[in-house]
Amino acid sequence: MSQRVVVIAGGLSPERDVSIRSGRRVAEDLRKAGIEAQVRDIDATLIPYLLEDPPTCAFPLVHGVAGEDGSLQEVLQSIGLPFVGSGAHACRRSFDKAIAGALLADAGISVPESIALPQAMFRDLGAPVLLAAIAEQLGLPLVIKPNRGGSALGVSVVHNAEELPAAMVGAFAYGEVVLIQRYVQGTEIAVAVTEDGDGPSAMPAVEIVPDSGLYDYTARYTAGTTEFFTPARLPDETLAAAAQTAIRAHEVLGLRDWSRSDLMVDEAGTVWFLEVNVAPGMTETSLVPQAIAASDTSASIVLAALVERATTRSQSED
Amino acid sequence: MTVPPNPPKLPNPANPGSRLDPWVASYAERAQGMTTSAIRALFSVANRPEVVSLAGGAPFVQALPLDDFADMTAKLIRERGVTALQYCTGQGDERLREQICGVMELSGIDAHPDDVVITTGSQMALDLTVRVFCDPGDVVFVESPSYVGALGVFSSYQCEVVHVMTDDDGLNPVALSEAIDTARLAGKKPKLIYTVPTYHNPLGITQPPARRAEVLQVAKSSGLLLLEDDPYCLLGFDGEVPRAIRADDADGVVYLGSFSKTIASGLRVGWALAPHGVREKLVLASEASVLCPSNFSQLTVSEYLATSPWLEQIKGFRELYRERRDALLESMEQMMPPGTTWTVPDGGFFSWVTLPNGLDTTAMLPRAISGLVAYVPGTGFYVDGQGRDAMRLSYCFPEPDRIREGVRRLSGIIETEMELIETFGPTSNSAPLSRRGPTTPSPELP
Repeated sequence: MSQRVVVIAGGLSPERDVSIRSGRRVAEDLRKAGIEAQVRDIDATLIPYLLEDPPTCAFPLVHGVAGEDGSLQEVLQSIGLPFVGSGAHACRRSFDKAIAGALLADAGISVPESIALPQAMFRDLGAPVLLAAIAEQLGLPLVIKPNRGGSALGVSVVHNAEELPAAMVGAFAYGEVVLIQRYVQGTEIAVAVTEDGDGPSAMPAVEIVPDSGLYDYTARYTAGTTEFFTPARLPDETLAAAAQTAIRAHEVLGLRDWSRSDLMVDEAGTVWFLEVNVAPGMTETSLVPQAIAASDTSASIVLAALVERATTRSQSED
Repeated sequence: MTVPPNPPKLPNPANPGSRLDPWVASYAERAQGMTTSAIRALFSVANRPEVVSLAGGAPFVQALPLDDFADMTAKLIRERGVTALQYCTGQGDERLREQICGVMELSGIDAHPDDVVITTGSQMALDLTVRVFCDPGDVVFVESPSYVGALGVFSSYQCEVVHVMTDDDGLNPVALSEAIDTARLAGKKPKLIYTVPTYHNPLGITQPPARRAEVLQVAKSSGLLLLEDDPYCLLGFDGEVPRAIRADDADGVVYLGSFSKTIASGLRVGWALAPHGVREKLVLASEASVLCPSNFSQLTVSEYLATSPWLEQIKGFRELYRERRDALLESMEQMMPPGTTWTVPDGGFFSWVTLPNGLDTTAMLPRAISGLVAYVPGTGFYVDGQGRDAMRLSYCFPEPDRIREGVRRLSGIIETEMELIETFGPTSNSAPLSRRGPTTPSPELP
């Protein structure tokens, strides 16, 4: 049976532009695999379109809230449309960095110590006192980031206490809850996980070396501003440990089909989990395409296999 | 999970690394600042219909007589297609240059068609002028704040931009004179004074005649060329057209004009009116860039000017924009938090809004976009980080009800941001958003 896939990309999050570029590339790669693929935005026409002439499956690639917090997946489940990627519950717990981190820490994975708080808590308790207490508890430097969000939007690394208020304001611009996390110095890597019939497996780790020192939005999406090494320049034992961490994160969070874990390896060789992406970026400068390229396969083959998995699994698995 | 410590990273020919761009080491120095920015990415959401965009400067082309345009262009292709679809001279179509002189007469300019160079929008005229005048490091004096598109041109030619104090009457001549002296004393090479004297972008203000004369006098006495950018001159709400600075000096001013705001931005037809020697160089520079401007667009504009009641159409635009300006000002009066101030434009597209209490409009932008309203942060109109507490609001594109809804949303966003600042204190010494790269919407943003 010929397959027809609707790649859902865009949305209203600050990552809209990234999502649209990811969606176009995925659709193009699926077409190379002989699959009919269209890109559709999230808007009032989407559900009628999907119901009127249901595709074989959907491929959600909306980044940020709605796309990765489980909302879109909930909708797709409710209309009974097979889709690539994790189910709603798994997305929900993975997109919330504090919840995902706590679950993985409980499972024995190293997660940097962190505190996630809403703005109201700072208002009620007094921001200066609370920030000072947190800085004392976690130690500087700290990473300040929206608890739910991606593409490093609103993320700052704070080296002294005076920088904290501005970093908090910057992070709260992207969400109601901010995660304050101990900064781990070391080698930043990303490990993509895909599932086949034998369970999840890890692709080669991509090492990220941004010229600016911070893998922020500009460093992510401006070709030339970051140097990548695939596989990461780490000892084999460390690479194996990183792969194992990504696979464990995928399993513990109940993820499905594919995911990308962002990790940090410190000087001592400890692999730290930072966050996981349930709809990883697939743009020209994104990390998963680089991992695929280093895996002696092609994006078309990998993505077509994900579509095949989604279309053949039973609805009850959603 | 712990493994043995990491060994030092030495170059490994088998794993050389990739920057995903094989030409990264080859780019010119002037391209170093050309990066993606988080702020610009936010504007991609602003194109969605759910968002009230008070950000872009796009004219409301829906109000054009589109059926007439369709008939006119069809006739143009049928009757003059062989010419319209062919190259033309680098200086531009002769009949259109004559017609442009007629347009400039409305601003008091007495010009000869030979001194007009037609360009792909006045942005290209600006680019050509800077190209033929400025070497890297040359100093350009601009208003505070200044048109972002001009700042981009100056930056691409590696000019040093000096923002000059600007008051309610525009560019301050005393401050301008002092800034020129200061630059010369520092051994720098002043080259241009760039000004938008009428319905300024982004301030919305207009230089009165006396101020124009003073600014021109400073330019003449300091031996600097004045670059007068005048795209909004026909869009005054009282119907009067301010006398251009160029009307009083044919030798010391390069005048930039455009049909983008008065007829249609998509046609990309603008021009430069320049002294003879400058004009020759602009034509050669234009030919080096594009050979010639679009002949089809030029003939379309020319035909429109010749056969349509275009002044009546522009009058319709003025009335439409005045209604929208009023909607913006009235709703700001009703809804903006105390301490917020704004300029009251007599024409053009923009009002410049300044927020109280140390609010940072750049840091606030993601919250605004999430709240489905867009504006341009003030920092986009400076090269030196000023403008954090300001924003440009445009009223040209959304209809009045949408403008009111946009201001309602924006005022709520500002109040939330004020609570945040009350909680954490002013944030003037840090940059939570990446400011590398362009910080304004792409031109197509409505």
